[in-house]
Amino acid sequence: MRVAIIDYGSGNLRSATKAFQRDVVKAGLPHEITLTDDPEVVAKSSHIVLPGVGAYADCRAGLDAVSGMFEAIEEAVEKRGQPFLGICVGTQLMATRGLEKATTPGFDWIKGDVKLITPSDPNLKIPQIGWNTLEIQNPHPLFEGVPTGENGLHAYFVHSYHINAEKPENVIATADYGGPVTAFVADGNKAGAQFHPEKSQRLGHLLITNFLKWKP
Amino acid sequence: MTLKARVIPCLDVKDGRVVKGVSFVDLVDAGDPVESAKAYDAAGADELCFLDITASSDNRDTIFDVVARTAEHCFMPVTVGGGVRTTGDIRKLLLAGADKVSINSAAVKNPDFVAEAADKFGNQCIVGSIDAKRVSKPGETPRWEIFTHGGRTPTGIDAVQFAHTLVEKGAGELLLTSMDQDGQKSGYDIELTRTIADSVSVPVIASGGVGTLDHLVEGVRDGHATAVLAASIFHFGTYTIGEAKQYMANHGIAMRLDPPGE
Repeated sequence: MRVAIIDYGSGNLRSATKAFQRDVVKAGLPHEITLTDDPEVVAKSSHIVLPGVGAYADCRAGLDAVSGMFEAIEEAVEKRGQPFLGICVGTQLMATRGLEKATTPGFDWIKGDVKLITPSDPNLKIPQIGWNTLEIQNPHPLFEGVPTGENGLHAYFVHSYHINAEKPENVIATADYGGPVTAFVADGNKAGAQFHPEKSQRLGHLLITNFLKWKP
Repeated sequence: MTLKARVIPCLDVKDGRVVKGVSFVDLVDAGDPVESAKAYDAAGADELCFLDITASSDNRDTIFDVVARTAEHCFMPVTVGGGVRTTGDIRKLLLAGADKVSINSAAVKNPDFVAEAADKFGNQCIVGSIDAKRVSKPGETPRWEIFTHGGRTPTGIDAVQFAHTLVEKGAGELLLTSMDQDGQKSGYDIELTRTIADSVSVPVIASGGVGTLDHLVEGVRDGHATAVLAASIFHFGTYTIGEAKQYMANHGIAMRLDPPGE
């Protein structure tokens, strides 16, 4: 079992890699964690992780700059049905389009646009930076055993945009920030966190371990 | 429920070592920033801040090693500041494992550097760091000015205006330090904090002057900061992170009180 964390010049790759390595060790799993910019490795991996930090258009351009990478992701995720986990902008790339700064096409796996969050309370700041709890909207195997709700664990968010999903069933979890903010999306074998599991301490550990064991 | 206020311990690092050391727990090496980071991670700190005060450019690379070693062990958000002058510096810090990078003097010299950095790495990872000192006399309309070189050099730049400039250029957060209060243990400059927090669209981290847990409460409740930064009260074991967060929660501030650890 090989978990490919895709290196396309974006994101806090060391943190993500270390977090997955920690969880493999802690859970006694056989997975090998590989940080890679090689499409051939990605195409053959058993789990695909797409991190992403920065502006939407830059991330998309960075991914497209790695020749054959998007095709490799499609090969693994769409053709072979391997589990996929997006993180932050990596998750936003799953949507139809990103509307940050310019209109940029995403993968169109989750129908909907990536829009600026618009908290109803004008005192709430943008970006949302910090720890928030999650409300489950549609139960999902990746949240099995993860305490959620008002008294649940917290997830770490740093973002100004989120996926405005067209299909309510794609929204697995939301966070309340002057109204619901999309925190986790999924469709079949594809899932994505708007927050940072690799920075979310206990919640992140539980979620990543569930992802490693996930058989969608 | 809602976003929680953050408690951020800040470690001053010089030549790869913690200045003054951290004495709140039995660390194997109290001067190793990574040991301190691990202890704060385990204690439930919401974020960690490293401020690199290395003077010699020869030793500038030590901070990258500190950040990289921290990222091996800590799965909490880390902000790094001090001596950040180029987008190359930022890239190296992010690759080492920093989540956010704070820009101070380089932004005073050239605010467009903030725009360049925000365009490249996203607003969310650029923290505009403001060192302000009150220049108005008692009874006058309060006015604060940006000072550099540890509060010694005035710049003539109005602090509130500068805060707006940083946000316009793309800073996703402001780290606001009162140079009058820093090290005084008599509390944040609440008027300064509130004036800036109320007039910008991004989150503000209050810094400079914490001596008691009430000061942390005041920073959020009265200063309208979304995060509070402190150094010595945590490093010297006056209070634990857990005590600070519980105290703030008891005073009506929404806090993350998850059981600490992984």
